[in-house]
Order: sequence, then structure tokens, then C-alpha cells
Amino acid sequence: MAKHETPLIDQLESGPWPSFVSDLKQEAESRAKNEKNIEYQIPQDCCDDLLGVLELSYKHGRTHWKHGGIVGVFGYGGGVIGRYCDQPEMFPGVAHFHTMRVSQPAGKYYTTKYIEDICDLWERRGSGLTNMHGATGDIIFLGTTTPQLEEVFWELGHNLNQDLGGSGSNLRTPSDCLGESRCEFACFDTQAICHDLTNEYQDELHRPAFPYKFKFKFDGCPNCCVAAIARSDLAFIGTWRDDIRIDQEAVKAYIGGEIPPNAGAHAGRDWGPFDIQKEVIDLCPTKCMRYEDGKLEINTPECTRCMHCINVMPRALRVGNDKGASLMVGAKAPILDGAQMATLLVPFIKVEPPYTEIKETVIEPIWDWWMEEGKNRERLGELIKREGMQKLLEVTGFKADPRMIQEPRSNPYVFWKADEVPGGFERDINEFRKFHQR
Amino acid sequence: METIEYMGKTFSVDEDGFIDDFNNWCPEWEQWVKTVEGIEEINDEHRKLVTVLRDYYEKNGIAPMVRILSKVTGFKLKHIYELYPSGPGKGACKMAGLPKPTGCV
Repeated sequence: MAKHETPLIDQLESGPWPSFVSDLKQEAESRAKNEKNIEYQIPQDCCDDLLGVLELSYKHGRTHWKHGGIVGVFGYGGGVIGRYCDQPEMFPGVAHFHTMRVSQPAGKYYTTKYIEDICDLWERRGSGLTNMHGATGDIIFLGTTTPQLEEVFWELGHNLNQDLGGSGSNLRTPSDCLGESRCEFACFDTQAICHDLTNEYQDELHRPAFPYKFKFKFDGCPNCCVAAIARSDLAFIGTWRDDIRIDQEAVKAYIGGEIPPNAGAHAGRDWGPFDIQKEVIDLCPTKCMRYEDGKLEINTPECTRCMHCINVMPRALRVGNDKGASLMVGAKAPILDGAQMATLLVPFIKVEPPYTEIKETVIEPIWDWWMEEGKNRERLGELIKREGMQKLLEVTGFKADPRMIQEPRSNPYVFWKADEVPGGFERDINEFRKFHQR
Repeated sequence: METIEYMGKTFSVDEDGFIDDFNNWCPEWEQWVKTVEGIEEINDEHRKLVTVLRDYYEKNGIAPMVRILSKVTGFKLKHIYELYPSGPGKGACKMAGLPKPTGCV
């Protein structure tokens, strides 16, 4: 018998999509039965109380969590999101309901053994509820009490060789697309660099030292499966410099209908036979392709590597051999001065271990500048707006390049440095008056 | 609000153990925070951080950014964590009687 009546959220148990309400109830029931005789370290009925408080929020149309919460583990300044219910008498099981961020493996590949181990830990010391995964990438342990935080942390570190993720004004948990592990488009090993930079910058991740949050994301190609361009302050997006590799026989197989376009992604509807002219050549954004006499040609200098032709004919077209990444900076959500996607800083850089060039010529100069100049709670993207892209180029040492802009400025408010102007800025009005009377 | 009685004083605190009012801070409060924030003994360096935080808050109405705290005290972040294992926010600000840090933490 459920602890609280939940008529509103009960309606979310119908329909075909997996119901989070049914899953919550299942966990609540499993904790009530406790068939494994677990010594629960937080209230056994916390899932029931979570359902109860959620039902109340459905009724009121308002949240019932108090503002903020500052909890954590010794040694770290982040990793735990404290949360307290604003109706603790009614719902004592969720009076404390802190979230712990647990750092996830790159690409989110798991073994059952690992998942079972973290579940055993969380079943005993937490609510048994999780979020797989948070939008930044972390495994999210959803709901525990303050005294359990150090206990969970100790077990994670000592028994599972596992660390917390990031929160606060610091480097947040980096994440990546699954890259070369199972994608033929990947232009660099996203998982390797994600793992390497996560380890390299552990201090920056665990101890907030920045003006605000900072995120890395790694996409193996411009398809951006982890959305680096929109969701990270420093986005790594794979690309290549040489020719797209064309297998003419496979092109013919696509045209002959032997291979479905887009690997069959549109098979749910009849779009007619594949028409290479209409579906590839004419849709190329730079019109740099042609198909004549049974041969597909691509004019590489005009190709912007948008991925469209490769996406349509993955068995005929492959990314080039000279691979690397473009680095883009400054993406952020709207607060405070408007949403931004990332802007191009490094058109092409090789991505090879130990990634020294990326660390020393990109990441660290950007951090040095932003840590010094960034205002309280100012994202990198906002600092670039405030001080200018030019300033970012100065501090990183990259030369201005037409590829960094979509179009040149249309206003004429151009700043010059004194040493760029013959004679500098120091002028004597009396000298001017010798030639121009008042 | 919970109340804490310690060394003959009474303090009101929130769930996270932050004091209700900057003006209710006193040396006994420091001693109490020491017991919950993993600090063995309060030394001059702990006091220096508390003094800087309180001065800055009185002048500016907010807690200083971590970088400013490091600059003014001359303590690197690593050393601040040696003094306050919970860090400058949960540890030092709590001991200094500043309001609880807010935002996306």
C-alpha cells in the first residue's frame, strides 16, 4: 500500500513510453519489502515521500524544494548538490535529498559488474534513484542525506576506484561523443582526450577557482553528437584537411538502389528511389560536387566539411586521412546576456596524445585570461563579448583569420593601437592650431 | 532554523550549518565551526582568512571571488583547502559568518 495518494501522477503510468512514476513505485515497493535485507542508511520510504512531494507539486504547480544547499565532501568544493524539502514534516523521507554527481566513463560504456556495484552502494546509502545521465554527462545519484555523503565518497574512492564529478564555478565533468569506439566519422579519439583532460585538470574540476563554470565537450565530427558547439565553453569538433575519400563503386551501388541512403534512416517512409543529384549534389552548401559519366567528384578547396554527403552515403564517402579538430569557444545558455553558440578559435589542430599543444596554447592561455579578467559569474562567452574576440586572439597568440568570422563588421567603430598609427596618439593642439585657426 | 548551543552561546543556523546573521558571529562560533568542518586547531592563517572575508563582506556586501581571496591573503587555493577542507565557500565563509553561497553550485 502506497504511503501517499498520488492521483495526478498516477495518470503518467499509462501510455507507451517508459513511465518514471511506475519505476519510482517499483523502487518504493522494493525498499518496503527489502528482500535482500539491506541496512538502509537513509529513510526506507524516501521514494514514497518523493512521490508524495511530487504529487503535491503537481497539485500546487510549484516546486517544494528549498532554495540552494551547500553540502559536500572534505577536500572538494563541488560534486554534491544539496537539496532540502520545504515540507519536511509531511515528507520526512526527503527532508534531505542531496544529489551526488559521479564522474562517468568517456562514451558511457559500462560493464554490468560496475553498474551493479554502484547500484549496491546507492541502494544502501541513498534513495536507489538515479539519473542516467545528467546533461553534462555525470552519473547522477539522486537523493541522500548529509551524513551519507562522506560514506558514499569513501566507498566510491576506495572500493570502486571512482571519483565525483564537478559542480560550482569550476571545470565541469567533460563529456564526449562515442567517437572512434563505434563511428566511422570520428576524426580523433574523443574518449582518449576526454579521459586525458579530465585527469589532467582534476584540481580545476574539484576545487572551484574560476569566475564561473567552464565545460569541455568533444565531438568526433561536425555532426556534434554531444552538442559541443552549443553546450561547452571549449568545444572540440573533429574535422580533416585533405580530400573526402570516394569509393566510386559504392557510389554506383547507392545510385543502383543496392545500398539505402543515410544508412536507411528514412526507411519509415517512401521517398522514392535515391536521386544523387537531388539528395546530395544539389544540397551541398558550397555546390562543390558533381556527378558526371558515372563518377562523383568533389572540389576539396570549396568543401566546408558539413558532413551531408558523407551522412547520406556513408559506405561510399569517408572523411579524409589528415584528421584533427576545430576548437570553438564561448557557448552558453541565455543567462545573463543571451544564448551563444561557440565561435571558431582554432580552425585546425592535431589531436594526439599527450595533447600538449592543446593544453599549452589553447586551454591554459584562455584560463589565464578569463581567471584574471572574468567578472564574478561571467562565462567565457560573455568575457569575449565584453573584451572582444581580438583580445582572445592576443592572449592565445592565434592570428586573426577570415575563417573566424561569418562576415566582417558593418559598423566603422574600429579601434587602433597607438603603435599602429604613425605618430601615435600624443598630439599637441598648438601644433594643430598653427595650420587651422579657431 | 535549528539552534545550536555551544560554549554558553546559542546560534541559529540553517540546514547547512550557516549562521542566520553576519552580526551574530563571535569567536565561539569559530570554535563551533571548527568541530564540523574538519579543522584541528584554528591558527593565525585560519583567522587571516576569516578577517579578510569579514572585512570584504562588510565593505562590499558579497563574498570575494576565490581569486581575490587568494590575492589578498597570499594563500594559494591548495593551501586554503589545507586550512579549510571543505574549501573557501562551505568552510571559510561558514566560519566567517557570511551568508551561504548561492547560484548553480
